[in-house]
Amino acid sequence: MSMIEFKQVSKHFGDLKVLDEVDLNINEREVVVLIGPSGSGKSTLLRCINGLEMITGGDLVVDGMSVLSGNANLREIRQEAGMVFQQFNLFPQLTAEENVAFGPRHVRGLSNSESLRIAHELLDKVGLAEKKKHLPSELSGGQQQRVAIARALAIKPKVMLFDEPTSALDPELRQEVLNVMQRLAEEGMTMVVVTHEMSFARQVGTRLIFMENGKIAVDGKPQEMLVNPTNPRLKDFLRHVE
Amino acid sequence: MSVDWTIVPQFLPQLFKGAKMTIYITLVGLAGGMIIGVIAGLMRAYGNRLLNFIALVYIEVIRGTPIVVQVMFLYFALPVLASIRIDPLSAAIIAIIINAGAYIAEIVRGSLQSISPGLREAGLAMGLPRWKVLALIVGPLAFRRSIPPLGNQFIVSLKDTSLFIVIGVGELTRTGQEIMASNFRAVEIWTAVAVIYLILTGTLTLLLRLIEKRMRIL
Ligand SMILES: Nc1ncnc2c1ncn2[C@@H]1O[C@H](COP(=O)(O)OP(=O)(O)OP(=O)(O)O)[C@@H](O)[C@H]1O
Ligand SMILES: [Mg+2]
Repeated sequence: MSMIEFKQVSKHFGDLKVLDEVDLNINEREVVVLIGPSGSGKSTLLRCINGLEMITGGDLVVDGMSVLSGNANLREIRQEAGMVFQQFNLFPQLTAEENVAFGPRHVRGLSNSESLRIAHELLDKVGLAEKKKHLPSELSGGQQQRVAIARALAIKPKVMLFDEPTSALDPELRQEVLNVMQRLAEEGMTMVVVTHEMSFARQVGTRLIFMENGKIAVDGKPQEMLVNPTNPRLKDFLRHVE
Repeated sequence: MSVDWTIVPQFLPQLFKGAKMTIYITLVGLAGGMIIGVIAGLMRAYGNRLLNFIALVYIEVIRGTPIVVQVMFLYFALPVLASIRIDPLSAAIIAIIINAGAYIAEIVRGSLQSISPGLREAGLAMGLPRWKVLALIVGPLAFRRSIPPLGNQFIVSLKDTSLFIVIGVGELTRTGQEIMASNFRAVEIWTAVAVIYLILTGTLTLLLRLIEKRMRIL
Protein backbone atom coordinates (compact mmCIF):
# COMPACT_ATOMS: atom_id res chain seq x y z
CA MET A 1 0.00 0.00 0.00
CA SER A 2 1.27 3.48 -0.84
CA MET A 3 2.33 5.47 2.19
CA ILE A 4 3.92 8.56 0.64
CA GLU A 5 3.23 9.78 -2.84
CA PHE A 6 5.07 12.67 -4.52
CA LYS A 7 3.18 13.86 -7.60
CA GLN A 8 5.26 16.24 -9.71
CA VAL A 9 6.43 17.93 -6.51
CA SER A 10 8.43 21.14 -6.86
CA LYS A 11 9.91 23.26 -4.12
CA HIS A 12 11.31 26.74 -4.64
CA PHE A 13 13.14 28.99 -2.21
CA GLY A 14 12.56 32.29 -3.95
CA ASP A 15 13.99 31.82 -7.40
CA LEU A 16 15.98 28.75 -6.40
CA LYS A 17 14.37 25.49 -7.53
CA VAL A 18 15.35 22.88 -4.98
CA LEU A 19 12.95 20.08 -5.94
CA ASP A 20 12.19 19.72 -9.61
CA GLU A 21 8.91 17.92 -10.39
CA VAL A 22 9.72 14.89 -8.30
CA ASP A 23 7.59 11.76 -8.74
CA LEU A 24 8.07 9.19 -6.02
CA ASN A 25 5.96 6.50 -4.47
CA ILE A 26 6.95 4.96 -1.15
CA ASN A 27 5.08 1.89 0.06
CA GLU A 28 4.49 0.60 3.57
CA ARG A 29 7.47 -1.23 5.08
CA GLU A 30 9.94 0.21 2.61
CA VAL A 31 13.25 1.49 3.96
CA VAL A 32 14.26 4.19 1.52
CA VAL A 33 17.79 5.54 1.78
CA LEU A 34 18.38 8.96 0.20
CA ILE A 35 21.87 9.90 -0.90
CA GLY A 36 23.32 12.63 -3.06
CA PRO A 37 25.71 15.55 -3.06
CA SER A 38 25.33 18.47 -0.67
CA GLY A 39 22.58 20.81 -1.78
CA SER A 40 20.89 18.24 -4.02
CA GLY A 41 17.65 18.59 -2.04
CA LYS A 42 17.65 15.52 0.23
CA SER A 43 16.70 17.37 3.42
CA THR A 44 14.16 19.44 1.57
CA LEU A 45 12.50 16.34 0.12
CA LEU A 46 12.28 14.84 3.61
CA ARG A 47 10.97 18.04 5.17
CA CYS A 48 8.27 18.38 2.54
CA ILE A 49 6.81 15.04 3.67
CA ASN A 50 5.82 16.42 7.09
CA GLY A 51 5.25 19.96 5.89
CA LEU A 52 8.21 21.57 7.65
CA GLU A 53 8.73 22.93 4.15
CA MET A 54 5.67 23.71 2.05
CA ILE A 55 5.75 22.40 -1.52
CA THR A 56 5.34 25.04 -4.21
CA GLY A 57 4.17 22.79 -7.05
CA GLY A 58 2.43 19.45 -7.55
CA ASP A 59 0.94 17.44 -4.69
CA LEU A 60 2.24 15.26 -1.90
CA VAL A 61 0.00 12.69 -0.22
CA VAL A 62 0.91 11.00 3.06
CA ASP A 63 -1.29 8.13 4.23
CA GLY A 64 -4.14 9.43 2.10
CA MET A 65 -3.84 13.07 3.18
CA SER A 66 -2.43 15.87 1.04
CA VAL A 67 0.05 18.23 2.72
CA LEU A 68 -1.90 21.00 0.99
CA SER A 69 -5.24 20.18 2.61
CA GLY A 70 -5.05 22.57 5.54
CA ASN A 71 -3.51 22.89 8.99
CA ALA A 72 -5.59 20.23 10.72
CA ASN A 73 -4.59 17.59 8.18
CA LEU A 74 -1.00 18.74 8.29
CA ARG A 75 -0.89 18.16 12.04
CA GLU A 76 -2.45 14.75 11.43
CA ILE A 77 0.29 13.97 8.90
CA ARG A 78 2.96 15.09 11.34
CA GLN A 79 1.59 12.71 13.94
CA GLU A 80 1.96 9.88 11.48
CA ALA A 81 5.48 10.85 10.43
CA GLY A 82 8.06 10.94 13.22
CA MET A 83 11.19 12.95 12.48
CA VAL A 84 14.74 12.53 13.73
CA PHE A 85 17.12 15.45 13.21
CA GLN A 86 20.85 15.65 12.70
CA GLN A 87 21.20 17.85 15.79
CA PHE A 88 18.84 15.71 17.94
CA ASN A 89 16.83 18.78 19.01
CA LEU A 90 15.89 17.33 22.38
CA PHE A 91 14.10 19.76 24.69
CA PRO A 92 17.00 20.82 26.93
CA GLN A 93 14.96 21.59 30.03
CA LEU A 94 13.31 18.16 30.10
CA THR A 95 14.74 14.83 31.22
CA ALA A 96 14.97 11.88 28.83
CA GLU A 97 11.67 10.43 30.03
CA GLU A 98 9.95 13.84 29.89
CA ASN A 99 11.20 14.34 26.34
CA VAL A 100 9.76 11.01 25.26
CA ALA A 101 6.53 11.50 27.22
CA PHE A 102 6.04 14.95 25.69
CA GLY A 103 4.31 13.76 22.52
CA PRO A 104 1.92 11.31 24.18
CA ARG A 105 1.06 13.95 26.78
CA HIS A 106 0.67 17.06 24.64
CA VAL A 107 -0.03 15.70 21.16
CA ARG A 108 -2.06 12.60 21.95
CA GLY A 109 -3.53 14.08 25.12
CA LEU A 110 -2.83 11.03 27.29
CA SER A 111 -2.55 11.22 31.06
CA ASN A 112 0.79 11.93 32.70
CA SER A 113 1.21 8.42 34.05
CA GLU A 114 0.22 6.77 30.79
CA SER A 115 2.65 9.04 28.89
CA LEU A 116 5.47 8.14 31.27
CA ARG A 117 4.66 4.44 30.91
CA ILE A 118 5.03 4.77 27.14
CA ALA A 119 8.26 6.72 27.63
CA HIS A 120 9.76 4.03 29.85
CA GLU A 121 8.83 1.32 27.41
CA LEU A 122 10.50 3.18 24.53
CA LEU A 123 13.59 4.19 26.48
CA ASP A 124 13.95 0.52 27.35
CA LYS A 125 13.64 -0.32 23.67
CA VAL A 126 16.49 2.03 22.71
CA GLY A 127 18.58 0.72 25.61
CA LEU A 128 18.39 3.80 27.85
CA ALA A 129 16.07 2.73 30.64
CA GLU A 130 18.62 3.64 33.28
CA LYS A 131 19.10 7.15 31.84
CA LYS A 132 15.47 8.21 32.07
CA LYS A 133 16.08 10.89 34.71
CA HIS A 134 19.00 12.45 32.88
CA LEU A 135 18.88 15.80 31.11
CA PRO A 136 20.03 15.83 27.46
CA SER A 137 23.16 17.73 28.51
CA GLU A 138 24.08 14.78 30.69
CA LEU A 139 23.93 12.29 27.80
CA SER A 140 26.39 11.47 25.03
CA GLY A 141 25.48 12.38 21.45
CA GLY A 142 24.60 8.77 20.65
CA GLN A 143 22.38 8.53 23.71
CA GLN A 144 20.70 11.82 22.88
CA GLN A 145 19.92 10.63 19.39
CA ARG A 146 18.44 7.39 20.74
CA VAL A 147 16.23 9.42 23.08
CA ALA A 148 15.22 11.51 20.06
CA ILE A 149 14.24 8.34 18.20
CA ALA A 150 12.21 7.18 21.20
CA ARG A 151 10.55 10.60 21.34
CA ALA A 152 9.55 10.36 17.69
CA LEU A 153 8.25 6.81 18.17
CA ALA A 154 6.18 7.83 21.18
CA ILE A 155 3.45 9.41 19.07
CA LYS A 156 3.06 6.07 17.27
CA PRO A 157 3.97 7.21 13.76
CA LYS A 158 3.46 5.10 10.67
CA VAL A 159 6.57 6.50 8.98
CA MET A 160 9.91 7.58 10.38
CA LEU A 161 11.96 10.30 8.70
CA PHE A 162 15.68 10.53 9.48
CA ASP A 163 17.83 13.47 8.33
CA GLU A 164 21.49 12.46 8.70
CA PRO A 165 20.90 11.01 12.17
CA THR A 166 24.54 10.02 12.68
CA SER A 167 26.35 12.91 10.99
CA ALA A 168 26.80 14.90 14.19
CA LEU A 169 28.17 11.90 16.07
CA ASP A 170 31.70 10.68 16.66
CA PRO A 171 32.34 7.53 14.61
CA GLU A 172 32.36 5.25 17.66
CA LEU A 173 28.87 6.43 18.69
CA ARG A 174 27.22 5.93 15.32
CA GLN A 175 26.69 2.19 15.50
CA GLU A 176 24.45 2.31 18.57
CA VAL A 177 22.09 4.63 16.70
CA LEU A 178 22.25 2.60 13.50
CA ASN A 179 21.46 -0.56 15.48
CA VAL A 180 18.30 1.01 16.86
CA MET A 181 17.31 2.06 13.35
CA GLN A 182 18.00 -1.41 11.99
CA ARG A 183 15.80 -3.01 14.64
CA LEU A 184 13.04 -0.55 13.75
CA ALA A 185 13.32 -1.53 10.09
CA GLU A 186 13.17 -5.21 11.00
CA GLU A 187 9.94 -4.58 12.89
CA GLY A 188 8.45 -3.34 9.64
CA MET A 189 8.56 0.44 10.15
CA THR A 190 8.34 2.48 6.97
CA MET A 191 11.45 4.64 6.89
CA VAL A 192 12.99 7.39 4.78
CA VAL A 193 16.62 7.95 5.72
CA VAL A 194 19.03 10.60 4.49
CA THR A 195 22.48 9.30 5.34
CA HIS A 196 26.06 8.84 4.24
CA GLU A 197 26.25 5.43 5.96
CA MET A 198 26.63 3.14 2.97
CA SER A 199 26.80 0.03 5.13
CA PHE A 200 23.37 0.89 6.51
CA ALA A 201 22.06 1.45 2.99
CA ARG A 202 23.39 -1.92 1.91
CA GLN A 203 22.31 -3.95 4.92
CA VAL A 204 19.03 -2.32 5.93
CA GLY A 205 17.80 -0.32 2.97
CA THR A 206 15.24 -1.89 0.68
CA ARG A 207 15.59 0.94 -1.79
CA LEU A 208 18.25 3.49 -2.62
CA ILE A 209 17.65 6.87 -4.22
CA PHE A 210 20.42 9.03 -5.58
CA MET A 211 19.42 12.68 -5.85
CA GLU A 212 21.01 15.33 -7.98
CA ASN A 213 19.95 18.96 -8.53
CA GLY A 214 16.52 18.42 -7.05
CA LYS A 215 15.78 15.39 -9.16
CA ILE A 216 15.83 11.65 -8.54
CA ALA A 217 18.75 10.53 -10.70
CA VAL A 218 18.81 6.84 -9.80
CA ASP A 219 16.23 4.76 -7.93
CA GLY A 220 16.84 1.08 -7.34
CA LYS A 221 17.97 -1.80 -5.15
CA PRO A 222 20.86 -0.86 -2.83
CA GLN A 223 22.82 -4.02 -3.63
CA GLU A 224 22.79 -3.40 -7.35
CA MET A 225 23.40 0.34 -7.15
CA LEU A 226 26.27 0.07 -4.70
CA VAL A 227 28.01 -2.98 -6.08
CA ASN A 228 27.70 -2.10 -9.69
CA PRO A 229 26.79 1.55 -10.21
CA THR A 230 26.08 2.38 -13.83
CA ASN A 231 25.37 6.10 -13.42
CA PRO A 232 28.77 7.82 -13.71
CA ARG A 233 27.94 10.57 -11.24
CA LEU A 234 26.68 8.05 -8.68
CA LYS A 235 29.92 6.17 -9.19
CA ASP A 236 31.84 9.36 -8.59
CA PHE A 237 29.74 10.19 -5.49
CA LEU A 238 30.27 6.75 -3.97
CA ARG A 239 34.01 7.02 -4.45
CA HIS A 240 33.95 10.22 -2.39
CA VAL A 241 31.80 8.81 0.41
CA GLU A 242 33.56 5.50 1.02
CA MET B 1 26.52 72.17 60.73
CA SER B 2 28.16 68.85 61.68
CA VAL B 3 26.89 65.48 60.53
CA ASP B 4 24.42 64.06 63.03
CA TRP B 5 22.97 60.62 62.26
CA THR B 6 20.63 60.70 65.22
CA ILE B 7 18.27 62.96 63.30
CA VAL B 8 17.58 60.22 60.72
CA PRO B 9 15.12 58.00 62.69
CA GLN B 10 12.59 60.78 63.14
CA PHE B 11 12.27 61.10 59.37
CA LEU B 12 12.11 57.39 58.66
CA PRO B 13 8.31 57.11 58.74
CA GLN B 14 8.10 59.86 56.14
CA LEU B 15 10.83 58.25 54.02
CA PHE B 16 9.13 54.85 54.24
CA LYS B 17 5.95 56.44 52.99
CA GLY B 18 7.90 57.73 49.99
CA ALA B 19 9.49 54.30 49.54
CA LYS B 20 6.03 52.73 49.57
CA MET B 21 4.99 55.05 46.77
CA THR B 22 8.14 54.13 44.82
CA ILE B 23 7.37 50.43 45.26
CA TYR B 24 3.77 50.95 44.23
CA ILE B 25 4.66 52.82 41.03
CA THR B 26 7.35 50.26 40.20
CA LEU B 27 5.18 47.18 40.79
CA VAL B 28 2.11 48.41 38.94
CA GLY B 29 4.26 49.94 36.21
CA LEU B 30 6.31 46.79 35.68
CA ALA B 31 3.25 44.53 35.74
CA GLY B 32 1.78 46.64 32.95
CA GLY B 33 5.16 46.89 31.26
CA MET B 34 5.46 43.10 31.21
CA ILE B 35 2.06 42.75 29.53
CA ILE B 36 2.85 45.42 26.92
CA GLY B 37 6.41 44.12 26.52
CA VAL B 38 5.39 40.50 25.96
CA ILE B 39 2.74 41.53 23.43
CA ALA B 40 5.09 43.87 21.55
CA GLY B 41 7.91 41.31 21.74
CA LEU B 42 5.68 38.61 20.27
CA MET B 43 4.60 41.02 17.55
CA ARG B 44 8.25 41.64 16.73
CA ALA B 45 9.23 37.96 16.77
CA TYR B 46 6.20 36.36 15.12
CA GLY B 47 3.95 39.11 13.81
CA ASN B 48 3.21 39.84 10.16
CA ARG B 49 4.75 42.89 8.56
CA LEU B 50 2.15 45.33 9.86
CA LEU B 51 2.23 44.12 13.49
CA ASN B 52 6.00 44.05 13.37
CA PHE B 53 6.09 47.62 12.11
CA ILE B 54 3.68 48.91 14.76
CA ALA B 55 5.76 47.30 17.51
CA LEU B 56 8.98 48.61 16.01
CA VAL B 57 7.73 52.21 15.86
CA TYR B 58 6.55 52.01 19.48
CA ILE B 59 9.87 50.60 20.66
CA GLU B 60 12.03 53.07 18.76
CA VAL B 61 9.99 56.13 19.80
CA ILE B 62 10.21 55.15 23.47
CA ARG B 63 13.86 54.12 23.39
CA GLY B 64 14.76 57.27 21.49
CA THR B 65 13.32 59.72 24.03
CA PRO B 66 14.14 60.30 27.72
CA ILE B 67 11.64 59.07 30.27
CA VAL B 68 11.43 62.55 31.80
CA VAL B 69 10.23 63.89 28.46
CA GLN B 70 7.75 61.03 28.21
CA VAL B 71 6.19 61.73 31.60
CA MET B 72 6.17 65.49 30.95
CA PHE B 73 4.36 64.77 27.70
CA LEU B 74 1.80 62.60 29.49
CA TYR B 75 1.25 65.10 32.28
CA PHE B 76 1.49 68.47 30.54
CA ALA B 77 1.05 67.92 26.79
CA LEU B 78 -1.72 65.34 26.73
CA PRO B 79 -4.27 67.63 28.44
CA VAL B 80 -3.61 70.23 25.75
CA LEU B 81 -3.64 67.80 22.84
CA ALA B 82 -6.56 65.59 23.79
CA SER B 83 -7.97 67.30 26.84
CA ILE B 84 -7.17 64.21 28.87
CA ARG B 85 -6.30 65.28 32.39
CA ILE B 86 -4.43 62.77 34.53
CA ASP B 87 -3.11 63.00 38.05
CA PRO B 88 0.66 62.82 38.68
CA LEU B 89 0.56 59.28 40.09
CA SER B 90 -1.27 57.90 37.05
CA ALA B 91 1.13 59.74 34.75
CA ALA B 92 4.05 58.19 36.61
CA ILE B 93 2.62 54.67 36.39
CA ILE B 94 1.73 55.00 32.71
CA ALA B 95 5.22 56.35 32.00
CA ILE B 96 6.81 53.27 33.59
CA ILE B 97 4.40 50.98 31.72
CA ILE B 98 5.15 52.36 28.27
CA ASN B 99 8.84 52.92 28.95
CA ALA B 100 9.62 49.55 30.51
CA GLY B 101 7.30 47.91 27.97
CA ALA B 102 9.50 49.02 25.09
CA TYR B 103 12.69 47.68 26.65
CA ILE B 104 10.99 44.48 27.80
CA ALA B 105 9.69 43.97 24.25
CA GLU B 106 13.24 43.90 22.95
CA ILE B 107 14.26 41.48 25.71
CA VAL B 108 11.32 39.20 24.85
CA ARG B 109 12.06 39.31 21.13
CA GLY B 110 15.75 38.62 21.67
CA SER B 111 15.09 35.71 24.04
CA LEU B 112 12.55 34.12 21.71
CA GLN B 113 14.90 34.42 18.76
CA SER B 114 17.82 33.02 20.72
CA ILE B 115 16.08 29.66 21.10
CA SER B 116 17.37 27.21 18.49
CA PRO B 117 14.88 26.90 15.60
CA GLY B 118 15.48 23.16 15.73
CA LEU B 119 13.48 22.94 18.96
CA ARG B 120 10.54 24.69 17.35
CA GLU B 121 10.78 22.30 14.41
CA ALA B 122 10.93 19.31 16.74
CA GLY B 123 7.69 20.47 18.35
CA LEU B 124 5.98 21.18 15.05
CA ALA B 125 7.16 17.85 13.61
CA MET B 126 5.30 16.05 16.41
CA GLY B 127 2.07 17.61 15.27
CA LEU B 128 1.77 20.29 17.93
CA PRO B 129 -0.07 23.45 16.88
CA ARG B 130 2.12 26.54 16.76
CA TRP B 131 0.69 28.15 19.89
CA LYS B 132 1.51 25.02 21.89
CA VAL B 133 5.06 24.99 20.59
CA LEU B 134 5.35 28.55 21.86
CA ALA B 135 3.60 27.93 25.16
CA LEU B 136 5.25 24.62 26.06
CA ILE B 137 8.69 24.68 24.44
CA VAL B 138 10.01 27.99 23.14
CA GLY B 139 8.26 30.21 25.71
CA PRO B 140 9.61 28.56 28.87
CA LEU B 141 13.13 28.38 27.45
CA ALA B 142 13.01 32.01 26.37
CA PHE B 143 11.64 33.02 29.76
CA ARG B 144 14.54 31.36 31.54
CA ARG B 145 16.96 33.15 29.27
CA SER B 146 15.26 36.52 29.73
CA ILE B 147 15.50 36.62 33.54
CA PRO B 148 18.92 38.34 33.78
CA PRO B 149 18.10 41.15 31.31
CA LEU B 150 14.61 41.49 32.81
CA GLY B 151 16.14 41.87 36.25
CA ASN B 152 18.34 44.59 34.89
CA GLN B 153 15.33 46.40 33.42
CA PHE B 154 13.33 46.07 36.65
CA ILE B 155 16.14 47.79 38.55
CA VAL B 156 16.43 50.54 35.93
CA SER B 157 12.67 51.15 36.09
CA LEU B 158 12.71 51.24 39.89
CA LYS B 159 15.36 53.93 39.81
CA ASP B 160 13.61 55.77 36.98
CA THR B 161 10.71 56.47 39.34
CA SER B 162 12.96 59.03 41.03
CA LEU B 163 12.68 61.18 37.91
CA PHE B 164 8.97 61.70 38.57
CA ILE B 165 10.07 64.31 41.04
CA VAL B 166 9.52 66.63 38.06
CA ILE B 167 5.76 66.19 38.18
CA GLY B 168 5.59 66.19 41.98
CA VAL B 169 4.82 62.54 42.74
CA GLY B 170 5.54 61.88 46.41
CA GLU B 171 7.91 58.99 45.88
CA LEU B 172 11.15 58.41 47.76
CA THR B 173 13.39 60.98 46.08
CA ARG B 174 10.74 63.67 46.25
CA THR B 175 10.22 62.89 49.94
CA GLY B 176 13.94 63.22 50.55
CA GLN B 177 13.92 66.52 48.73
CA GLU B 178 11.06 67.82 50.87
CA ILE B 179 12.72 66.84 54.15
CA MET B 180 15.94 68.39 52.93
CA ALA B 181 14.22 71.66 52.14
CA SER B 182 13.02 71.94 55.73
CA ASN B 183 16.24 71.07 57.62
CA PHE B 184 19.17 71.18 55.14
CA ARG B 185 20.54 67.87 56.45
CA ALA B 186 21.89 66.86 53.04
CA VAL B 187 24.39 64.18 54.10
CA GLU B 188 22.08 62.36 56.49
CA ILE B 189 18.93 62.48 54.36
CA TRP B 190 20.49 61.60 51.01
CA THR B 191 22.45 58.78 52.62
CA ALA B 192 19.24 57.41 54.09
CA VAL B 193 17.50 57.73 50.73
CA ALA B 194 20.38 55.96 48.96
CA VAL B 195 20.36 53.12 51.50
CA ILE B 196 16.63 52.61 51.06
CA TYR B 197 17.08 52.43 47.27
CA LEU B 198 19.87 49.91 47.75
CA ILE B 199 17.65 47.76 49.95
CA LEU B 200 14.90 47.86 47.32
CA THR B 201 17.16 47.00 44.37
CA GLY B 202 19.04 44.41 46.45
CA THR B 203 15.80 42.65 47.35
CA LEU B 204 14.81 42.63 43.68
CA THR B 205 18.17 41.17 42.65
CA LEU B 206 17.95 38.48 45.32
CA LEU B 207 14.45 37.52 44.25
CA LEU B 208 15.49 37.17 40.61
CA ARG B 209 18.53 35.09 41.56
CA LEU B 210 16.22 32.78 43.47
CA ILE B 211 13.87 32.33 40.52
CA GLU B 212 16.81 31.71 38.22
CA LYS B 213 18.27 29.09 40.55
CA ARG B 214 14.97 27.28 40.91
CA MET B 215 14.63 26.84 37.18
CA ARG B 216 16.60 24.08 35.55
CA ILE B 217 19.92 25.01 34.04
CA LEU B 218 20.07 24.66 30.26
N1 LIG C 1 15.24 27.69 4.10
C1 LIG C 1 15.95 27.82 2.96
N2 LIG C 1 16.01 29.00 2.32
C2 LIG C 1 16.71 29.12 1.18
N3 LIG C 1 17.38 28.14 0.58
C3 LIG C 1 17.36 26.94 1.17
C4 LIG C 1 16.65 26.71 2.40
N4 LIG C 1 16.83 25.42 2.74
C5 LIG C 1 17.59 24.87 1.80
N5 LIG C 1 17.92 25.78 0.84
C6 LIG C 1 18.73 25.51 -0.34
O1 LIG C 1 18.15 24.42 -1.03
C7 LIG C 1 19.15 23.60 -1.58
C8 LIG C 1 18.92 22.17 -1.12
O2 LIG C 1 19.10 22.11 0.26
P1 LIG C 1 18.97 20.77 1.10
O3 LIG C 1 19.21 21.12 2.51
O4 LIG C 1 17.70 20.10 0.76
O5 LIG C 1 20.19 19.93 0.52
P2 LIG C 1 20.77 18.56 1.05
O6 LIG C 1 20.77 17.63 -0.12
O7 LIG C 1 20.07 18.11 2.26
O8 LIG C 1 22.26 18.96 1.37
P3 LIG C 1 23.23 18.50 2.58
O9 LIG C 1 23.79 17.18 2.19
O10 LIG C 1 24.28 19.56 2.61
O11 LIG C 1 22.41 18.44 3.82
C9 LIG C 1 20.48 24.18 -1.17
O12 LIG C 1 20.98 24.93 -2.22
C10 LIG C 1 20.13 25.07 -0.01
O13 LIG C 1 21.01 26.15 0.06
MG1 LIG D 1 20.61 17.98 4.32
